[in-house]
Amino acid sequence: MSSEIQFIRLLVLLNGAVPAALLAWDALRGELGANPINFAIRTTGTLALIFLVLTLAVTPLVRLAGWNWFTPNRRVLGLYAFFYALAHFLIFFSLDRELSLSSTLSEMALRPYLAVGSLGLLLMVPLAVTSTNRMIQRLGTSRWKRLHRLTYVAAIAGVAHYTMLVKADLRWPLAFAVLLMVLLGWRAYTAATGPAPRPPGPAGRTPRRSAPLPDTAG
Amino acid sequence: MSRSPKIPSGEITPEGDYFDRRRFLRGGLLAGSVLTTGTAYRLLNSPGGEEIETAPLRDLVSSTGETAAGPQPSLTTTEPAANGGAGSATGGTEPLPGTPIASQPPPIQPVVEPAPVDPPPTPPAAVTTTPPEVPANDPFETPTESPAPDAAVASAPAEPEADRAGFSTEEKQTPFRNIANYNNFYEFTTSKERVAAAARRFQPRPWSVQVDGLVQQPREFDLEEILRLAPPEERIYRMRCVEGWSMVIPWAGFSLSRLLKQVEPLGKARYVAFQTLHDPQRMPGQKVPVLEWPYVEGLRLDEALHPLTLLASGLYGKELPNSCGAPLRLVVPWKYGFKGIKSIVRITLTENQPPTSWNVAAPYEYGFYANVNPEVDHPRWSQATEQRLGEFGRRKTVLFNGYADQVAHLYAGMDLRRWF
Ligand code: HEM
Repeated sequence: MSSEIQFIRLLVLLNGAVPAALLAWDALRGELGANPINFAIRTTGTLALIFLVLTLAVTPLVRLAGWNWFTPNRRVLGLYAFFYALAHFLIFFSLDRELSLSSTLSEMALRPYLAVGSLGLLLMVPLAVTSTNRMIQRLGTSRWKRLHRLTYVAAIAGVAHYTMLVKADLRWPLAFAVLLMVLLGWRAYTAATGPAPRPPGPAGRTPRRSAPLPDTAG
Repeated sequence: MSRSPKIPSGEITPEGDYFDRRRFLRGGLLAGSVLTTGTAYRLLNSPGGEEIETAPLRDLVSSTGETAAGPQPSLTTTEPAANGGAGSATGGTEPLPGTPIASQPPPIQPVVEPAPVDPPPTPPAAVTTTPPEVPANDPFETPTESPAPDAAVASAPAEPEADRAGFSTEEKQTPFRNIANYNNFYEFTTSKERVAAAARRFQPRPWSVQVDGLVQQPREFDLEEILRLAPPEERIYRMRCVEGWSMVIPWAGFSLSRLLKQVEPLGKARYVAFQTLHDPQRMPGQKVPVLEWPYVEGLRLDEALHPLTLLASGLYGKELPNSCGAPLRLVVPWKYGFKGIKSIVRITLTENQPPTSWNVAAPYEYGFYANVNPEVDHPRWSQATEQRLGEFGRRKTVLFNGYADQVAHLYAGMDLRRWF
């Protein structure tokens, strides 16, 4: 059974890297379209948001479907969100702002949509740093869980950032906003109505190697 | 792979085979999922790159006023795009492989001398003597007016030499492929890279343009009638989008003033309103209310009559691709790109300032004038710099997009921050 769980993790790990690989491949071939830097910024930004939403979808999915074994994938998905957001920022900093710290910082301060995006990225740094088993143990499960609720704020910041930068067509940012509201609303609802009964899964479903990971986190 | 499906596998499969099969299955699952993810990425995140072919224009006059009788400097300066793909690497004379090229000898028109018609002793009166916001009562008393305004035969460029400043630039031209695959044309889709694909089946003919309002001779023009007013003339303009990117585009067309002359504007007319085709069946983006449809734009009459203001019917020596506003669009090179309304079906002269789509959608972000100005930021982003497509790094944006010598007098005394 545990080899199956590992296989699923491999599946998640590999698929998360596919967009990055294709983006890099297209960049090498010069096939990012007419405005390649902006295309790369937008692609990585969208991917960061997608992975944030996927990360936040794990817990409801695990609870509703009883897939306790799936929980460890949340970490991988969250790290991908951070990875894409970091790449997003680094492309902006290096290729759009041409490594000018002053222009990057002044833009981040002057443009509310960039300030909000930066908040989202900054909040994800401590989450990525504390994503190892060692850090979970050192922090203790409940403190770790509280800290990692910052994911909610990062995701809200990401959606706000997106909403604030579009010119007229709000459909995509609103779609993300709705998804996020559902995912966070579910958490608010279950928190208010008491913990959902844990599905009595067979023992084999409990992931072996990630025992310290708090799989009940909201 | 090796077992008959009739035998219950769990009972008799030897362990080795069992794991082999499982590994095989997993390999398939991995490959399948990666393929699915990759396909989804490709479908949802296309960088564009449609191959687009349009008919070559006849009688093209080069930006120096000569017909395209041979390879033109302006059409050969394009180097392989730094970021371009195969299609753009062939340079300006042949934007797409296998496409008829514009620089071939024109079939009909002999060389037209660039000799100015009616050389003006003074600069156009309408623009110099006009207070910034009140165009002259009769702007048609300009030296550019020809004695036979309705000459149906193609003639030499009407603009005297003095007015032709800014008609061309030596700057490196954006490859055709990129111009035709990166468009803000919400009538088709709000995704710039997808407009070309969404507009592929659009039929720009037959087409007619209603020209009316405060004019002596309101009438509906057939497209061909308009195109016959003057030979298409190449104009190499910078194009600066309000979003912070720019291109250099070899348009083809003639000054809008030539069309306006035909209808004889009345003295009361002070503005010109433009309207894009409204037909959600042909322009599916109009089924979505991201903007108020139809798209409308407007210019002050003196802006509309400025020789730089172009009624464009082509680019790179060929007819306009659908994605660029076929069959007829406006180009106002010193203003942000959204002023260049596409697929025009109506032009109306008015006394009052007409509504303009982006101004209606977000009045604090997009003004009526929308002159390119690095000093006046968009409320949400900077306008100080721009990404010139094909270049690495951003360049400084220039007031009036570099056409200040030609147009700054139109705004003398105006607070450009207020009238953004
Ligand atoms: C949680 C972190 C972030 C997320 C989830 C995020 C997400 C996004 C998304 C979804 C887009 C729009 C993509 C599209 O138009 O299709 C975007 C655009 C953009 N983001 Fe971010 N972003 C984040 C942080 C940042 C940071 C830190 C910066 C830079 C300081 C930044 C700069 C930009 C820029 C420059 C654009 C492109 C705007 C344009 O196309 O004009 N973002 N981002």
